[in-house]
Amino acid sequence: MTTVLPPARAARPNPVSGSVPGSVPHVGPSQVTMAAALNRALADSLAADERVVVFGEDVGTLGGVFRVTDGLAGRFGEQRVFDTPLAESAIVGTAIGMAMNGLVPVVEMQFDAFAYPAFEQVTSHLAKLRNRTRGKLALPVVIRVPFGGGIGGVEHHSDSSEAYYTHTPGLRVVAPGTPADAYRLLREAIDCPDPVIFLEPKRRYWSKETAVLTPEGPPIDRAVVRRPGRDVTLIAYGGMVATALEAAEAAVEEGWDVEVVDLRSLSPFDDQTLTESVRRTGRAVIVHEAAGFAGYGAEVAARLTEQCFHYLEAPILRVTGLDVPYPPPHLERFHLPNADRVLDAIARLQWEGEDGA
Amino acid sequence: MTTHAYPSETASAGSLLPSAAPLQLIDQDGRPGGNPGGLELPGSEVLRALHRGMVLGRRFDTQATALTKQGRLAVYPSSRGQDACQVGAALALRDQDWLFPTYRDSVAILTRGVPAEETLTLLRGDWHCGYDPYAYRVAPQCTPLATNTPHAVGLAYAARLRQQDQVALVLLGDGATSEGDTHEALNFAAVWKAPAVFLVQNNGYAISVPLAKQTAAPTLAAKGIGYGVPSLLIDGNDAAAVYAAVRAGVERAAAGEGPTLIEAITYRIEAHTNADDATRYRAGTEVGAWLERDPIARLESYLRAGALLDDAAAERLAAEAERLAEELRESMNADVSADPAELFEHVYARPTALLERERAALLAELEDLEDLEDLEEPAP
Repeated sequence: MTTVLPPARAARPNPVSGSVPGSVPHVGPSQVTMAAALNRALADSLAADERVVVFGEDVGTLGGVFRVTDGLAGRFGEQRVFDTPLAESAIVGTAIGMAMNGLVPVVEMQFDAFAYPAFEQVTSHLAKLRNRTRGKLALPVVIRVPFGGGIGGVEHHSDSSEAYYTHTPGLRVVAPGTPADAYRLLREAIDCPDPVIFLEPKRRYWSKETAVLTPEGPPIDRAVVRRPGRDVTLIAYGGMVATALEAAEAAVEEGWDVEVVDLRSLSPFDDQTLTESVRRTGRAVIVHEAAGFAGYGAEVAARLTEQCFHYLEAPILRVTGLDVPYPPPHLERFHLPNADRVLDAIARLQWEGEDGA
Repeated sequence: MTTHAYPSETASAGSLLPSAAPLQLIDQDGRPGGNPGGLELPGSEVLRALHRGMVLGRRFDTQATALTKQGRLAVYPSSRGQDACQVGAALALRDQDWLFPTYRDSVAILTRGVPAEETLTLLRGDWHCGYDPYAYRVAPQCTPLATNTPHAVGLAYAARLRQQDQVALVLLGDGATSEGDTHEALNFAAVWKAPAVFLVQNNGYAISVPLAKQTAAPTLAAKGIGYGVPSLLIDGNDAAAVYAAVRAGVERAAAGEGPTLIEAITYRIEAHTNADDATRYRAGTEVGAWLERDPIARLESYLRAGALLDDAAAERLAAEAERLAEELRESMNADVSADPAELFEHVYARPTALLERERAALLAELEDLEDLEDLEEPAP
């Protein structure tokens, strides 16, 4: 028998300057929302690599319920951007089969809680097939999941499901916090030979940034310092990056110089950047929307305590969502971390006797 | 813009239904005829290949069962009784097509060309899959039920998108037809017109649960109509019928006409695995009746009656089967060489920093253990 292997990767034009029929050139800084940045990342990846296909519920004609795939079916055709029947397990399951046959599927789960039917395909197969076959079967699949709350959604529209995925070896889990990073991370996720769970903070879809969208920047698995500071490290990702930055600005009045680290990659975890920051500041607070108990922040606190114990001036604290099922819209503000709660946590970091505290 | 309407090319409902009685090309006593429906009897070369595949597969299967008793295999779900389904299906595929097997399909995998030793890696316990899927176009064996069905549909649809002439055949059992993934995969395959064939080996039991507690459908094949998928009900102990039905499905798929659902009625002679006790849920008389319907004996009668097989050829084949069993015994009696460092190799394209640290820690732990053993060894 002859071996049928996926073809070599297509040559990729420069996605920023490379002219693609029907595309709008985008050079120089401009105001861009996260949804638009994600849309452009998908378009540029589709243009750069003919193996990329985008599919899911309502992603074709409608352009997605959040319009992240707006215009892509028209521009790239229904062979490459298409609607599927309504069944998440099959969306991920067929993506696995397509990747086995040389395609690079980028699929959308409409809302975080609607991704749960696909959980078995994600954890038992997507995450494990490379390992199962001793590296013979790579699955470059990206699963885009709008995650988190803060949009007034009714039940099942606001879950934070990151810990389910980060607890699964074989998956990469990333969550952008800014439009420019959403572009860069999605381009990298699509190029990545490993399966990537791409968590999009839906409350930030429409927040704007003046930026040049470029795939150049920190690699997919590195955290970045969004705001340097000396007194305490605030650790956040996705929708909570903006909240952490807001708290950091407010903390100036209180006399705290706060460093904000945007994790970007939840798995793998960038021990180096985080350890360096926390050893320098001696204090750390982790912020996430998901429930605290056995949440992602527990892993971060444990790792940093192990690696920074002798540098710490106070226990590492977590500011998280409550340990309750996601609340109805009129109650979600009591659940979600905000800048005040972050400031309260900073205040509890045993400052007694220190200058400026 | 589209409209609120059913697709105009959907076939009439009646044309999707399976026959009332299972299709059969060679009857239980080895006589031609039975209930062929539209199926075509394969040529004599194919019939001989089916017979050879089943004889080799049966010997492999009994040897594997014996190896579990010697502790050389962790577990073995036997294919015995389902020989015709597994050999017929594997031989009906073309070289470029893909097979998506379950844990019970070792004989199908072997027939597809995977070496015996590599076929049994999962069940021996050295690793989760012993063969290169791309080398044989055989997906890794699937132990969760029905999860391989959307994989097959995805691979098939990718072939269609890339204009490759490739069909995916997915194997599943009667129990797996109750899983949601089977439903989703049949639906996707139909909507996409994916070149896929679904072969349900209905062996009557999902471990211990009989078909009557599994479904209220008239037949499992009848479920195809719900998806717009044409279906066939066949005698799964008739290798010629299995071959002809799967081949027809493959040709239909390759011609761009979409998926086919085939239900093959068969029987699992052994217990679910060597760890199962089948006497708790089924009568010995039932097993005895199915032993009378042995798929190999049936085809052998047919071949001998048509002078397509004689004693000399049968002896040569038996000797070939013995050699296969002997090679299997030898390879399985060799010590397992499992490398703990490999645990970290294939989780990601490149091991992460975390995995590098864990590998170093494990190797250090093993080194300490070796040093300790050296110390404890008495002086010569």
